[in-house]
Amino acid sequence: MMISTHQLRLHIGARCLVDNLDWQVRAGECWSVIGRNGAGKSTLLRTLAGLRPADGGHVAIGARALKDWPLADLARQRAFLAQSRSDAFAYSVIETVLSARHPYHDNRYWEGSDDHAIALRALASMEVEDLAARDVRTLSGGERQRVAIAAMLAQDTPLLLLDEPANALDLAHQVSVMTLLARLCREQGKTVVMVGHDLTLAHSVSTHALMLRGDGRWLAGAKDQVMRADILGDCLGHPIDIIQHGHRSIFIPTEETL
Amino acid sequence: MSALTPKLMKVCMSNFSRNLQQRAAVVLAGLVLFALAGLVFSGITGSVVIPLADMPAAFADLLHGEKSSLAATLLDLRVNRAATAFITGAALALAGVMMQALLRNPLADPYVLGISAGASVGALAALMLMCAAWMVDAAAFAGAVAVSMMLYLLARRDLRGGAAAEGGTALLLLTGVILSSACMALVTLMLSIAPDSRLRSMVFWMIGDMAGAPLRWMPCVVLAAALIFAVRNARAMNVMALHAEAAATLGIRVGALRKGLFFVSGLLTASAVTTAGSIGFVGLIVPHACRFAVGPDHRLLIPAATLAGGTCLMLADTLARTIIAPEQLPVGVITALVGAPVFLYQLHRLRK
Repeated sequence: MMISTHQLRLHIGARCLVDNLDWQVRAGECWSVIGRNGAGKSTLLRTLAGLRPADGGHVAIGARALKDWPLADLARQRAFLAQSRSDAFAYSVIETVLSARHPYHDNRYWEGSDDHAIALRALASMEVEDLAARDVRTLSGGERQRVAIAAMLAQDTPLLLLDEPANALDLAHQVSVMTLLARLCREQGKTVVMVGHDLTLAHSVSTHALMLRGDGRWLAGAKDQVMRADILGDCLGHPIDIIQHGHRSIFIPTEETL
Repeated sequence: MSALTPKLMKVCMSNFSRNLQQRAAVVLAGLVLFALAGLVFSGITGSVVIPLADMPAAFADLLHGEKSSLAATLLDLRVNRAATAFITGAALALAGVMMQALLRNPLADPYVLGISAGASVGALAALMLMCAAWMVDAAAFAGAVAVSMMLYLLARRDLRGGAAAEGGTALLLLTGVILSSACMALVTLMLSIAPDSRLRSMVFWMIGDMAGAPLRWMPCVVLAAALIFAVRNARAMNVMALHAEAAATLGIRVGALRKGLFFVSGLLTASAVTTAGSIGFVGLIVPHACRFAVGPDHRLLIPAATLAGGTCLMLADTLARTIIAPEQLPVGVITALVGAPVFLYQLHRLRK
């Protein structure tokens, strides 16, 4: 068991977003969290990352409850990609990625050449190695997003939590990032939990899906059990058509009848 | 992940790894030499110039504790004053770096949260009531501590980090700005009701003045302790400057780091303001210029800004006491007059 929740409750103000969530994610699985705006997807991910306390129940990573993990050990277990970031200072791209190696040197003041090699490999896998010396504040939105994902890869953890990783990416990079995540799960046994709005992309890379209704109800399971036209249409507030194209499923919103 | 090309590998090894440390060593050695040169310069210059040839003898006299010659006496006075200026400037620059990292805002300075305004209220009240010099210092320190405590109580949520304050320190910043303006209103009130005889010393205190500030061990201890704290946390400050709240997922205890930065920079500011009044611009411009020159990496920025801040205030104070000698200007005038155009120049070069 990689990460699990036990009777987890999430509140925002008086509103209950998720109630009684009992959910298990095993190593090597790739989960997509689906739901409408404000359904609690990011709140759930931030709770899993330990950035906010649960309002009831608890989260466990491995066999240990989240709050029993020392922060430094936890940083070698899971990485978190925030939905957005703000850059106040003129750090370079390579410094940004190297900062993700922090959990690995308690006693070092400067990074070693092994850290640089890992950071550059992560940049190369996101196709941003040419930007290594650039000031992060001068990057485009999509470039910044790829640098953030590269930093996450350099953190080199078995569990990856990503809040809208495809945000701001162009079509080609949406596909390549998603494919890379799926390959990490398949080949290296990593575990991915991500939030996304592109159902077709989510379906093509995920093994499982967690659907949040935003009123406490939820549904978790293998992707084909959860991502069905009737369930999706009911949950997302708009009817969905699923078209089979070869071995792929294409999800499109049903056209409004005028 | 794809394999590294050999070319990339070579770039990586030659460009970053070893060079980072070498560059840091060169930059810091250069700044230490510059500081020593500044010390010698401020020893020589003044209304009576000590010829360079007399310097070694005067230094030797000083080291043996003799102040028989004129040169040795002057040197003693000037070096003491220069050292006080260095410690004060270094404290202000270091506090500026820490405050900017805490608020994740390069425009923050040690005074932005009103700690110096609190010190001003204390010091001016003591000056108005014609208290002894040590009571003025004590009142300034007490004022700074009082404002820090109020800030801490009102903005605990932001300092703790985590749940409530996602990525932001807006509450802390706003609370600080409001407390600061409340203190400034009290200062204005005191200036308007103070008797004429006290007014000049009150205004000089406000501008920041090194004259009559003796070299004391307390600010040195505070500076040394703060520098150790900052260097030990330099890596964590980098991660927090980059990732804000999400730094917690990289193993940083964000709440503890924020509280530490708040208290240590507050203590530095209080000690600097108590020594020499509220000298402006050093805490804002020196970190800025250093970040521009050596980059935002706190591992190098912290020692570099500390050295540069000390040297800058030492040179500014030398200017302040020589420019219209034998009259002396308050050093705060010099830092603001030189600082403002330097800052504007840098800002506009950056925008291009």
